[in-house]
Amino acid sequence: MSNILKHIIRLILFLFIQVYVLSNVPLLHQYITPYLYFLFLLWLPFSINRWHLLIVGFSFGMLLDYFLHTPGLHAAPCTLIAYLRPFLLNLFIAKDSTEQSFSEPSVRSMGWGPYSFYIVILTFLHHTYLIFIEWMQFGTFGYFLLKVIATTLTSLVMIFIAEMLFSRKTKK
Amino acid sequence: MRNIFLFIRQYFNLISFLILQIICIVSIAKFSKTHEAFFSTKANEVTGVINSRYNGITKYFYLSKVNQDLALENTRLRNLLQANIVASDSTIITRVDTLIKDTLNRFRKYTFLPAVVVGNTVSLESNFITLERGSKQGVKPEMGVVGPNGIIGKVVSVSDNYSVVMSLLNRNSKVSAMFKKGKEQYAENVEWDGNNPDYLVMRKISKAVDVKKGDTIVTSRYSPSFPSLLMIGTVDKIEKDDEENTYSLRIKTSTNFRTIQHVNIILNHYFKEQHLLDSLTRKQHYNLGNE
Repeated sequence: MSNILKHIIRLILFLFIQVYVLSNVPLLHQYITPYLYFLFLLWLPFSINRWHLLIVGFSFGMLLDYFLHTPGLHAAPCTLIAYLRPFLLNLFIAKDSTEQSFSEPSVRSMGWGPYSFYIVILTFLHHTYLIFIEWMQFGTFGYFLLKVIATTLTSLVMIFIAEMLFSRKTKK
Repeated sequence: MRNIFLFIRQYFNLISFLILQIICIVSIAKFSKTHEAFFSTKANEVTGVINSRYNGITKYFYLSKVNQDLALENTRLRNLLQANIVASDSTIITRVDTLIKDTLNRFRKYTFLPAVVVGNTVSLESNFITLERGSKQGVKPEMGVVGPNGIIGKVVSVSDNYSVVMSLLNRNSKVSAMFKKGKEQYAENVEWDGNNPDYLVMRKISKAVDVKKGDTIVTSRYSPSFPSLLMIGTVDKIEKDDEENTYSLRIKTSTNFRTIQHVNIILNHYFKEQHLLDSLTRKQHYNLGNE
């Protein structure tokens, strides 16, 4: 399967799961909103051009916003993590060896420690920025803090499950 | 100038990032003001089509819930209906006011009293209808009952505020009927054979009578319970009786007995007189015949 096709299918799947499953889950608590869609950006290949990554992140967020009728709300944090992703990856991986033998970030390509650090940091940044924008419109500071923590933890659990369920072939 | 280009090239990603962020923030700000107006109608069309497809699938899972909600809402709305709030019956007083005798010196023979159906069956062999009008409102046994589309039956028993009507759909029901057209106005009883709540039967029609499918059957002038020419139904099927020289008619009722709700009870001001004389004479003749 072509690499691009694989990522397009992934994009559609993530989008539909976010729009039709996770957005329809009955509210567990006011602090918990399940987000998983941004995992698509974290799973993009190492080789992607930084500028392309930015555009993909922005368009992906906008696409979700089209469905949820929230223009810009998800596009902004998506662009943020798309921008920061290369810096983090540069910190954690040995550029030559990993990029040559693996195509995209995963437990196998990066190792448990660096990979979970990469996921946790970007998830946290994404949620913080997203909820910060929400918080600008309403809510108290306590609401903001608790929601960031609760939503981040929920997302991490879901990402963990997703990693367990779908073993990706990341070897080149 | 060259330095500017160099700067842009060096920080191209950062600049793009900032521009995209600005676009996002502007969208958010604009959206919170103009609510939904931000996206073009085209884009809404696309997501709308996908959403409606998806809803087409998922709505089946909610059907039972939706049904339940609708039933509850129906009940709530029905309770709001004026018809359910029963006013104290003023028809008796009205009837006193009604012109009993008009200027041409003709007398009023029938008065109609409104009534609401509160109980009804069509599936049994002897079907009865309960009305919310009783002896306190002037209802007496043997009064005729007529619905918007035709006659319904006769009152058989009465309590203070309710009365029970023997529907035409009852094995024991007999109503004198005739054809609307024709000069002879041949009268015969309409009965029910207990089969189908849509059809009544009329037996032993002489072959001399000119019957066609679709002929209208109305009440005759002979019944003390009904005024003449009230609709009963139309001829649906003509069957020849083998042994006798007669027809049996299957009559499609004009009233749908499953859905009757509002009816009128017919008060015949001369009922007592007519009925008494009728039964008295019959009794006498019956006794005479026996002797």
